[in-house]
Amino acid sequence: MLAKRIIPCLDVRDGKVVKGVNFEGIKEVGDPVQCAYEYNLQGADEIVFYDITASHEGRGVILDVVRETAKKVFVPLTVGGGIATADDIRDTLRAGADKISVNSQAVKNPQLIKDGADIFGSQCICVGVDAKAISPNKWTVYINGGRIDMHIDLIDWVKKCEQLGAGEICLNSIDTDGVRGGFDIPMLKAVVDAVKIPVIASGGAGKLGDFADAFIQTDCSAALAASLFHFKELTVGQVKDDCRSKGIIVR
Amino acid sequence: MIAIVDYGAGNIFSVKNALDYLGCDSILTSRKEDLENADSIILPGVGAFPAAMKKLGESGLVDTIKQQAKQKPFLGICLGMQLLFEKSFEFEECAGLALVKGYVDKMVEPELVIPHMGWNKLEYNRESSLLDGLGDNEYVYFVHSYKAFCEDENLFAYCEYGHKVPALVGDGKYVFGCQFHPEKSGKTGLKILENFAKMR
Repeated sequence: MLAKRIIPCLDVRDGKVVKGVNFEGIKEVGDPVQCAYEYNLQGADEIVFYDITASHEGRGVILDVVRETAKKVFVPLTVGGGIATADDIRDTLRAGADKISVNSQAVKNPQLIKDGADIFGSQCICVGVDAKAISPNKWTVYINGGRIDMHIDLIDWVKKCEQLGAGEICLNSIDTDGVRGGFDIPMLKAVVDAVKIPVIASGGAGKLGDFADAFIQTDCSAALAASLFHFKELTVGQVKDDCRSKGIIVR
Repeated sequence: MIAIVDYGAGNIFSVKNALDYLGCDSILTSRKEDLENADSIILPGVGAFPAAMKKLGESGLVDTIKQQAKQKPFLGICLGMQLLFEKSFEFEECAGLALVKGYVDKMVEPELVIPHMGWNKLEYNRESSLLDGLGDNEYVYFVHSYKAFCEDENLFAYCEYGHKVPALVGDGKYVFGCQFHPEKSGKTGLKILENFAKMR
């Protein structure tokens, strides 16, 4: 049986780790390679770099970060942010990433998911989804870091992603992101029930028990958090100990 | 010196990175002489079985690999492990390197997600020096949709995913294969690579 994964996420801008609240109020918090290395020592099952570099010129920097990280971190690395073409996917994988994550670009051009899966394999195509509730048990998909409502039904979208060959869904709730009151369990449940591929819970982790809660209340495969780990409020090891004590299988 | 066979398949740099990190000398190579002169050989690989066998054939290294695998430690990783078997049924029946008895076929687990992707626990079947220093609770990282069907005598370790999934196999002499990615399996994977690097 597969272990539930705990995934720290590093938001990277121009080669520096940054973190905002509700997608705004960004502050710098450190060197991504060093942060990734520390997470690795804490027992992270996977590390996600999310590149929020705005300029096209700055884009090469994230590949250098991946290259350097791959020399000292020996768990799977995922890179998201700004990936728009099959060539971008190729470059990112060649730099040493094991998976890529596409979000807004996949909504604008769903063929990107299919091309990526056909050429490089479903296992390396993760689709990141930002969604927000419009009524109880109904959510719509947003793009551009949660700024633009695409008025696409969340459940229709994740089913389509799966059909196109996505290997995994990373589901971020805009409602709970940055609020630190726990993962969005109803949204997570709805998506886990709708697809067969693994679902990663994202957005809202604020305390130790939130991770175990997501695993106990839904069949999600992994849980991701950024600020909680960055600001050293919790270590990956503490989260895993808590999960283990509640009978959840973790590495 | 460990020779990592570069035949145009897969992310070979992560294997090289892991060996560099461990301080083990290695080269990425597609030259016969390098395989002959190496202390041991690693055969990596991702992608589809027939395409990989074709590339290996085009590289002209098949005979050298078969010969060297009888004389020095040899480790196939992921698809590189599957290539060690006699044949595979991925897309079409295709002959492998036939260094270990058995074949490769699709994983059929109606209740489970395929590919089998993630961290799974190693269960030990037979002693192997590759597993030296590992404890009872070791997880390694898998990504695959096909698996080996082999004899018990060739199976060192497996994991449970619906049915038994061969994780570490070998011919009992020099040849080893791991379905998981040791270069992506944290401390456990590095220990296995270190054990391999020490073998003569």
